[in-house]
Amino acid sequence: MKISLSINGQKQEADVEPRLLLVHYLRDLAGLTGTHIGCETSICGACTVMMDGKAVKSCAVLAVQASGAEITTIEGLAANGQLHPVQEGFWECHGLQCGYCTPGMIMSACGLLKENPNPTEEQIRHGLEGNLCRCTGYQHIVDSVKYAANKMAASAARAD
Amino acid sequence: MSFLAKYIGQKVKRTEDPRLIQGIGHYVDDIKLADTLHVAFLRSPHAHALITSINVDAAKSAPGVVAVYTGADIAGKVGLIPCAAAAPDMKKPDYPALALGKVAYVGQPVAAVVAANKYQARDAVDLIEVDYDPLDVVTDIEAAARPDSPVIHEELGTNVAWLYQAGSGDIDAAFAQADKVVSLKLVHQRLIPTAMEPRGVLAQYFPGEQQLNVWSSTQIPHLLRTTLAAMLNVPENRLRVVAPEVGGGFGSKLNVYAEEALLGWITMQLGRSVKWIETRRENMMATIHGRGQTGTVEVAVKNDGTLLGLRYNVIYDLGAYLQLLTPAIPTLTGLMLSGCYKIPAIQLNCTQVYTNKMATDAYRGAGRPEATYLIERVLNRVAEELGMDPVELRRKNFPKPDEFPFATAAGLVYDSGDYEKALNKALEIVDYKKLREEQAAARAQGKLVGIGVSTYVEICAVGPSVMLPCGGWDSATVRVEPSGKVTVLTGVSPHGQGEETAFAQIVGDLLGIDMNDVLVVHGDTDRVQYGIGTFGSRGLAIGGTAVAVATGKIAAKAKQLAAHMLQTDENSLTFENGKFVGAPDDKSMTFQEVAFHAHQAHNIPPDFEPGLVASYFFEPKNCTFPFGTHICVAEVDKDTGDVKILRYVAVDDCGKQINPLLVAGQVHGGIAQGMAQALYEEAVYDENGQLLTGELMDYAFPKAHQLPSFELDHTVTETNVNPLGAKGVGEAGTIGSTPAVANAVIDALAPLGVKHVDLPLRPEKLWRLIKA
Repeated sequence: MKISLSINGQKQEADVEPRLLLVHYLRDLAGLTGTHIGCETSICGACTVMMDGKAVKSCAVLAVQASGAEITTIEGLAANGQLHPVQEGFWECHGLQCGYCTPGMIMSACGLLKENPNPTEEQIRHGLEGNLCRCTGYQHIVDSVKYAANKMAASAARAD
Repeated sequence: MSFLAKYIGQKVKRTEDPRLIQGIGHYVDDIKLADTLHVAFLRSPHAHALITSINVDAAKSAPGVVAVYTGADIAGKVGLIPCAAAAPDMKKPDYPALALGKVAYVGQPVAAVVAANKYQARDAVDLIEVDYDPLDVVTDIEAAARPDSPVIHEELGTNVAWLYQAGSGDIDAAFAQADKVVSLKLVHQRLIPTAMEPRGVLAQYFPGEQQLNVWSSTQIPHLLRTTLAAMLNVPENRLRVVAPEVGGGFGSKLNVYAEEALLGWITMQLGRSVKWIETRRENMMATIHGRGQTGTVEVAVKNDGTLLGLRYNVIYDLGAYLQLLTPAIPTLTGLMLSGCYKIPAIQLNCTQVYTNKMATDAYRGAGRPEATYLIERVLNRVAEELGMDPVELRRKNFPKPDEFPFATAAGLVYDSGDYEKALNKALEIVDYKKLREEQAAARAQGKLVGIGVSTYVEICAVGPSVMLPCGGWDSATVRVEPSGKVTVLTGVSPHGQGEETAFAQIVGDLLGIDMNDVLVVHGDTDRVQYGIGTFGSRGLAIGGTAVAVATGKIAAKAKQLAAHMLQTDENSLTFENGKFVGAPDDKSMTFQEVAFHAHQAHNIPPDFEPGLVASYFFEPKNCTFPFGTHICVAEVDKDTGDVKILRYVAVDDCGKQINPLLVAGQVHGGIAQGMAQALYEEAVYDENGQLLTGELMDYAFPKAHQLPSFELDHTVTETNVNPLGAKGVGEAGTIGSTPAVANAVIDALAPLGVKHVDLPLRPEKLWRLIKA
């Protein structure tokens, strides 16, 4: 089936098998390997990307379902050489160790902060419950998201 | 060791992170080679069965399929899966990379399909027809050890692989002199390591050069190379193993697996590169599991709380076959049976049995969590029987700081320790006395609130080399380029620990240079001299020491050249902030200038070897023994059995901390895994040997909202085993936390008369106890 979609601001067209998962399209056809696969059963969240502004697990989306959509992957998050505040938070707060869950975790955190720019610790922990991390025990991830929320609030305040 | 502490001891942000937070690092599946074929495996759906026939015709003619291989195709061509830790008198079955004639666990590889893409490979797997003749299944480890049990490996005649006794001291006298004997039967449930990155292998062969390249998600690239070379009959110097970015291991990638050998063999058959990426289901059923002991611990004690002896009779669940270190795991339990206490007589009686399950092996802690859990649980039972506070019982039996090095009856010599200091600090943080008063008040209101204390010691950085089948040393080469940039080649193979950062900190300080000028290279056998790898919390204490010593050699050689060029005596020069100063007329040279001249070699002393490279292979004289105290406060919901962690305090002592940020990360992650063992996780097989927890949907891997925030503190007791004074911290959290949580929850249930509950402490189990 023919699909056309936008990935990180670039329009793409392709002819794909109907059963092709979006995550396999991103990794194998679009060459964007930053989106990781941890389970292919929509539990672990490593494959989370933004689809039309919402965080989705790209192993639970068919490539054909993404036709017409705007996708942002981890590779498209930093703008003009500047890390996104959530990426910066993960670096500053040691929010990652092996780094495998990190792209999905960052994309989910972006989705969370879009819906709730100033989450409490409990809201962060519940907001990220679709993303598994085996290394950190989550505490530094919570710190990273808080850091990003504060940074984004501060720059929003400056913009006002 | 003296150095400029610009980086060492500081919370330095990781140099690994920029690539990882932007998704531009390279794990195995991110490496793309042209014309790569994809491999998928047919795995046994039976726990125990004879294979009476395999028909691969339909699979071979399926779209995209290039080849299909079964056990018969590889027999005699791909070597058996090795075990490096089997005792000579151990009964050991052959373990072929693809099943030959029979299967002994669900998930055992039966056939490999090679196809143009992974969809086609998986489709064709479904077309293979196998006739199985099911056999009686053995899953219960106590039943497996009985003479009337069905036997898994007929050629061995029994499921009992090995009987092993360890320990020293007069154990019979200890029990004869005891005022009280307290015993406790415990189950250390099977766990699934579940690294977020499943395993994966990419293999490529150049027939002209006779060069085989294997990329694998492994913790031990060099050991894997040596082993694969033997299994595939390939000269070791023509085999390159690369561990690229590795997405967590926790011991599960400290192994040699069938798929690694098979991919190497298949690429040599087909002349095309081949890739296999493990699915999560494969990961859960066919990557090693951890723990898996059922045992009874007995303690002989005086009425005043003095410990006299400890005996542990245990049956260990090997699984169906032996992986690399399977039988060694309970021997580590045996070595740590003294815990952080003076116990004059210790005895381990270990029975190792085969069952129709995936092999167990090293999972974060690897035998030490079992030791700590059983000691810390039984000490609480002793305290109850004697009417003593569990903290005072522990304190009474600690060796004092001046008793180190401390020899235990389990057979080790602990390097250094101040157990009471860590305990006191933790008690102070929680205000233990007040906490007990608050608990009494809560109990008076009918609440189920408990306090759990665990004081632990563990063993890291195992050495000397005779203690490990592969040796206990590790290596570093420090290579200074003419520009003064430094490349460090380390024999350890980090996969999340942050050693690229920690080693750059060490070199930066020792040479007085910007740590961003230091590149740490690891995990590639063609780039790095031989090394052992990353496991057992050894990376910094052993690998980091090798880096530090090699860097010291660089500094000494640079000084020799600087003195020559500055026409002064070496002894008058000092190396400060990356500069050699102290020469006449205030002349000085930077480290970078010296590096250039060492390579240009126009003006060098007569006996001076050009270049600036140094290597060091560090052989530790002993292990290190980190320790600490963890305290957990928990409440059990009377209506639901749900456990809420109200407070978690950890005071750990890992010796000198090179980067406290990394230490905190390791402790957090370790506590999370130990807490998960206490509260949630269990690999469950049914009586037919089917893995019921075979997906992340069913295996209770904790999510963010299921874990609390941890309060960390530390003490610092340096070790003299290595010049860094660092002990290791990768597993401490896991070891300390399981018993702290278990003790807290069981203490919460004490008013109901509960003396012990086996892990995991899931709500349903606790609810039944509350309602009983």
